[in-house]
Amino acid sequence: MENFSLILAIVVVTALAFDFTNGFHDTANAMATTISTGALKPKVAVAMSAALNLVGAFLSVEVANTISKGLVDESGIRPEVIFAALVGAILWNLVTWLVGLPSSSSHALMGGLIGATIASAGTGAVHGDVLVTKVLLPAVAAPIVAGIAAMLATRFSYALSRNAEGKAADKGFRVGQIASAGLVSLAHGTNDAQKTMGIITLALIAGGSIAPDSDPPTWVILSAGLAIAMGTYIGGWRIIRTMGKGLTDLRPQQGFAAQTSAAAVILASSHIGFSLSTTHAVSGSVMGAGLGRKGGVVRWSTATRMFVAWGLTLPAAALVGALAESVTDLGDWGTALVAVFLVASSTAIWLLSRRQVVDASNVNEVEEPPGVVTTAIAAVTPPPSVALSEGLTATIPSPPTAVKSDPATPPAAAV
Amino acid sequence: MHIDWAALGSVFGVSLVATVSLVAVFTLGIVGLSRRERAVAQGDSATLALTGAYVCFAACAAAVAYGISLIVA
Repeated sequence: MENFSLILAIVVVTALAFDFTNGFHDTANAMATTISTGALKPKVAVAMSAALNLVGAFLSVEVANTISKGLVDESGIRPEVIFAALVGAILWNLVTWLVGLPSSSSHALMGGLIGATIASAGTGAVHGDVLVTKVLLPAVAAPIVAGIAAMLATRFSYALSRNAEGKAADKGFRVGQIASAGLVSLAHGTNDAQKTMGIITLALIAGGSIAPDSDPPTWVILSAGLAIAMGTYIGGWRIIRTMGKGLTDLRPQQGFAAQTSAAAVILASSHIGFSLSTTHAVSGSVMGAGLGRKGGVVRWSTATRMFVAWGLTLPAAALVGALAESVTDLGDWGTALVAVFLVASSTAIWLLSRRQVVDASNVNEVEEPPGVVTTAIAAVTPPPSVALSEGLTATIPSPPTAVKSDPATPPAAAV
Repeated sequence: MHIDWAALGSVFGVSLVATVSLVAVFTLGIVGLSRRERAVAQGDSATLALTGAYVCFAACAAAVAYGISLIVA
């Protein structure tokens, strides 16, 4: 660590910040269903997930070692490029958190990296076929695989347990769900904390601070594990609410099937070597479990918004990453400008989020997220509602019997 | 462009089989437990149901242990 330049320090701090957003973005993956079915109290759930993420971070360095070698050419990478990539990824993570949509942190990171690399070294430095096989195809495959597995498992489970009701059954499914959620958390720690370790290691190599092909230093492993655990504990309550309550209504039995399917898909994919995003797998399995119960519904409006966010993740992060890289290219003041911009916009997003706080206390209160139509109606309603109240105050003095005769219908008709 | 359909297919197959069988076995365990709950409420004993339930849960615990070993490896 002899030549630890300022830019390198900035990159490391930014990478840890990304790790933190990654943690609170993905708490939902492991714990949303556990919280919404009441298997665990919200705070207990995030604490458990955080602890398991921390443990997971120390289990292996396999993912960290592969992150830098596939997608982009290491030779063209300067620390500024990685910084720009992280800016893109962090901003996308924060924006999707603000609107409460689960989206893949790894896609955001890859998008940022791709955009910044293109801006820095041209399109030739990105391996297009790797992009399709490692990013696009898995994004489509993960929710389908996990969804079908969860749906069939839920169907089957309900068929088997037709005469199993009562306290023992509910309690049992909750315990099972906690176990599978724990597995998801552990797998998440090994995967996602390592991505940040890989990025920091890549930056250290690019900055000439450690030799190429080194394993991540211990302080990198430790700080990355702590950052993701802290993020997980803070909890992305907005995303938890969408995933746990917004997509569908889950009972403990469905929650168990969903979480088990997610755990199976994540473990199978990482073990067989066709890596799938945790977020996509969990979202798919939640919807599958929702469809699996008789009378279960999936709120497709919420699901559609989520799919749109998935589609936008990579290009949006890439665009921000590319812009950031072009600005850092202008010199040291450019890098400083990007850093200031990152801090300022993160603060702005946080301030926006304070307008309508979602935390452990109201995470399970369903409030239909305003879709396009609802927003449009909300924008139009004030004049009619004013007219309605004026009409009411005007009618009350003259015919009281008319109001009493049909009390329920007038407001319903007016809306 | 090389897409590893075989890997994708086996991820799909393994996930499907693992999920459905795990959930099924666990559900059977739950069925056993609730059968015992009812039996106890009526004053009977249900040793067989309880034993079956424990066997099912043990199988699930083994699966979880295998999952952890996959993560650690």
